[in-house]
Amino acid sequence: MTDGFHYLPAASLVTLQLRARIRKQIRAFFDARGVWEVETPILASTGVTDPHIDSLQTQWTDMGDVLYLQTSPEYAMKRLLAAGSGAIYQISRVFRYAERGRQHHPEFSMLEWYRPGYDHHRLMLEVDELIRACLSEHLSLEKSLFLSYSQVWQETIGIDPFAIHIEQIKVFVQQQGIDSTDLGDDLDAWIQLIMTHCIEPVLPKNRLVFISEFPASQAALAKIRDSDPPVAERFELYINGMELANGFHELTDANEQQQRFERDSLKRQKMGKPIVPVDEKLLAALPYMPDCAGVAVGIDRLVMIATGLEQIDKVLSFVIED
Amino acid sequence: MASYSTSEFKSGLKIMMDGDPCSIIENEFVKPGKGQAFSRVKIRNLKTGRVLEKTFKSGDSVEAADVMDTDMQYLYNDDDAWYFMDPITFEQLGADNNAMGENIKWLKEQDMWVVTLWNGVPIAMTAPNHVVLTIAQTDPGLRGDTSGGGGKPATCDTGAVVRVPLFISEGEAIRVDTRTGEYVGRVKD
Repeated sequence: MTDGFHYLPAASLVTLQLRARIRKQIRAFFDARGVWEVETPILASTGVTDPHIDSLQTQWTDMGDVLYLQTSPEYAMKRLLAAGSGAIYQISRVFRYAERGRQHHPEFSMLEWYRPGYDHHRLMLEVDELIRACLSEHLSLEKSLFLSYSQVWQETIGIDPFAIHIEQIKVFVQQQGIDSTDLGDDLDAWIQLIMTHCIEPVLPKNRLVFISEFPASQAALAKIRDSDPPVAERFELYINGMELANGFHELTDANEQQQRFERDSLKRQKMGKPIVPVDEKLLAALPYMPDCAGVAVGIDRLVMIATGLEQIDKVLSFVIED
Repeated sequence: MASYSTSEFKSGLKIMMDGDPCSIIENEFVKPGKGQAFSRVKIRNLKTGRVLEKTFKSGDSVEAADVMDTDMQYLYNDDDAWYFMDPITFEQLGADNNAMGENIKWLKEQDMWVVTLWNGVPIAMTAPNHVVLTIAQTDPGLRGDTSGGGGKPATCDTGAVVRVPLFISEGEAIRVDTRTGEYVGRVKD
């Protein structure tokens, strides 16, 4: 039905102005700390091998090779770090294939920054400062919580995620009344099913909840600490049950990185997903990249928290269905 | 056999689940940034009306249900069924007691209903959003009361019991919202 107002934005102008203020605050925050803003290409010849992140593809001429819309500016920023950039940040548009929902839009805004010399714990403190600075005029937050992945599991559902087997998870899932399709022998998928269905909804509200020291199988691009059990030096930030940021004490070992890429590619193959060429230039850069920590923050979701709006569409000027 | 992938899920989509035709009420996409994506759906079983929740892994596919909705006009009933006619093709179909369900209390001759067909057989019947019914029985209201603040029960010609304002009396026609079962207004000839 046409009502004559189809040109109007998905978000209100008030929300878009608030969005603009938050972007300004982010820039001021980094300016004051001597972290400089970079721009890297959105369109590149490689994507990511991540089994659960798919890139949109395009071509720049009919004859040209396939190009990938970046799912995060991570690889290019790491090449800048290896070139000696020092601390850098970027606010960019990123794209993810088939991600659409209440908290997802295939094109979204990501803030990403890197801190040479930091580990993930020190970076969490800076994330805490930035998010508080952006949210302070909109809501009052209680003291932030810093928990380990294992602690969160034990405190919410009484299970140790590092010691559990698939069969036990299946029993637990059934006890919780979750009717899910069989996830087979993919332990991480089962763990993520519990995370999204049982843990995220009961995380403490009105405060920043940092979760760190992930299972090594979910290391992604983080260093793995050789403890017992080994843990990934990775963190995520949740507010009101919504994931807002993901950070790593960055892996700098190119050999290890190459093995992870290969393992991911194999997994993609098993899942019947298209194989993405490995970013050789990132592998070439890693030996020169300083020890550092990096993090990505979803700006749209930050605006959702600031406004109390529960749909990402309400903080975007226009959405893909428009 | 036709099937849908989770990326096609949206409310109103008809799928087969445990042998029964179902309709998706709500689809929530959940995904940890770097983890497995899921579709959490609320589904209504179109035969029983029961609502259930199910989680699919993104990329799963499910069989499509051959379900379609058609507008048909109610004609008459006999011992076996209630008969409806497609006003364009004049084709007639009989719906049984199960398919009629509770909605039967809104059934008036000539009214257009939405008939949900599964493999060509009526399995669910939806009354028009508004129907005009005649009051068969209600207690007299208090004289002078026109506000209808409290209301009173009234039995309509179809057997439905609706709360009406006190000033409504027997033999009058009223408009009722079948989705909520509430009185909307008085219908004057």
